[in-house]
Amino acid sequence: MSVTEPTPSATGSRPAGGVSDEVRLRLANIAVPLGTAVTLLVVWQLGVRLFGVPTYIAPAPSDVLAVFRDDFPLLMRNFWPTFFESVMGFFIGNTAAVLIAVAFVHSRLVEKAFFPIAVFINTIPILAIAPILVLVFGAGLTAKVVIAALICFFPTLVNMVRGLQSVNPQTLELVRILSASKAEIFWKIRLPSSLPFLFSALKIAATTCVIGAIVGEWIGADKGLGALIIDSTFNFRSPLLYATVFVSSGLSVLLFTLVTLAEKASVRW
Amino acid sequence: MSVRKLASAALDGTDVATVGNLPAAASLRGASVKFGHFTALSDINLDIMAGEFWTILGPSGCGKSTMLRLVSDLIPASSGEVRVLGKPTEAARLAREFAFVFQDATLLPWRSALKNVELPLEIGRKRGVKIPLGERTPRELLKLVGLEGREDALPHELSGGMCQRVAIARALVCQPKLLLMDEPFGALDEMTRDRLNLQLLQIWRETGTTILFVTHSIPEAVFLGQKVLMLRAHPGRVKAIVDIDMPGAREMRLRETPAFNRYCARLRDLLEEC
Repeated sequence: MSVTEPTPSATGSRPAGGVSDEVRLRLANIAVPLGTAVTLLVVWQLGVRLFGVPTYIAPAPSDVLAVFRDDFPLLMRNFWPTFFESVMGFFIGNTAAVLIAVAFVHSRLVEKAFFPIAVFINTIPILAIAPILVLVFGAGLTAKVVIAALICFFPTLVNMVRGLQSVNPQTLELVRILSASKAEIFWKIRLPSSLPFLFSALKIAATTCVIGAIVGEWIGADKGLGALIIDSTFNFRSPLLYATVFVSSGLSVLLFTLVTLAEKASVRW
Repeated sequence: MSVRKLASAALDGTDVATVGNLPAAASLRGASVKFGHFTALSDINLDIMAGEFWTILGPSGCGKSTMLRLVSDLIPASSGEVRVLGKPTEAARLAREFAFVFQDATLLPWRSALKNVELPLEIGRKRGVKIPLGERTPRELLKLVGLEGREDALPHELSGGMCQRVAIARALVCQPKLLLMDEPFGALDEMTRDRLNLQLLQIWRETGTTILFVTHSIPEAVFLGQKVLMLRAHPGRVKAIVDIDMPGAREMRLRETPAFNRYCARLRDLLEEC
């Protein structure tokens, strides 16, 4: 019997072009979607101009850009109210969902009593319940915050309950052998285990809370992006309408990015 | 020394192990475990003396894991009595007399290797629980299991074998007098397993702890154990206790000796009768 060992060869060394290949790949990852977007904008611009579509039906990208240049203060004036409504709704709705999820996990009775109600509330379309909330809370800030909070609530509740229950059974045996108290199990085991679940819910909430705030503003408001959307639609100011829509989606992207950054900072595993 | 005297020693807080002769690390007297109508363990009588290394073998469903969970107060005995170092299992648990190593490393993924080893020291600290401190610090324990320099690594950055070694270090941090291991190397590849077997024997010699080690590998049971406890299933009962009496150091070469193979063959025959 003979044993042969392969002689070490140069397989471990990287080709010299390796790094630049990586940079090229990363550039391509940015360039391809960006190029597609720019091309679509150009097609849109040319299409509108070529076929002479009236601006109030479909404005050209350049018209929308002109609004950003000329009416930027107007857009910002309406951006901040929606921003605050969304963020406050986000915090209130998610905080309530997390606390109720904790109560559900600690008491089967509380879960049995309140989960059907939570499901029922979730089945009511937000557009149907929004007028009721505006009637109850008036046309001010409160109604919009409540609507934004309500829309965040259910996905976070469901995810958080799952997250708190996601602890490996052997880990629970481990802490039982260490004679851990219920509070220690919660703070040291259950809560950290639930974080990945919580953040996937918060990512959903980051975009839906903006929807809630805007829907609230449609029903009755004189400021905010929702009000501006209604206003510019009825006045046939289509470039302003489009610009407002872009600002709204920008707000969602901003909140989503903030949640993603918070997730990267706190969930490192 | 009578059991009653030991129990009273345990009650007034004196260390049982220092009073005269060492009590059995674990003793089971007619212990049974029933889950509804299913009898997992029936009438187990056993004395595991301090400092011994026992391995437990048996067909699946014979109650190997149940036995460890019975000794570690995770499940109660339906009848009979179980004592760890002369104390009821609950008192032994509260005094951190034993530690458990599971088949999964069960590390907390958000904690570094070092922080995972420190977990037992944190549990109960704020409530004023008296936590026995081992001779070795968590850092020294990580060094003992060969993970020096990886203290800050998160579990997902470590291999399966490394995670299991962190789990062993965590089990040793309160210097348990009894170490319960439930197929700790079952999910590892053979080479890693061999290395960890040697390392475990070294830890056993250095710490002097008693070890109860469940496995489904006959060679592993013979290689590690001073005694092999063979259980049979339906219901789980003691089939045989085989003393492994092999001269010389326990090193890998031992596995090629005729004595080793004779023990394996004998255990295989016993297992087939189960």
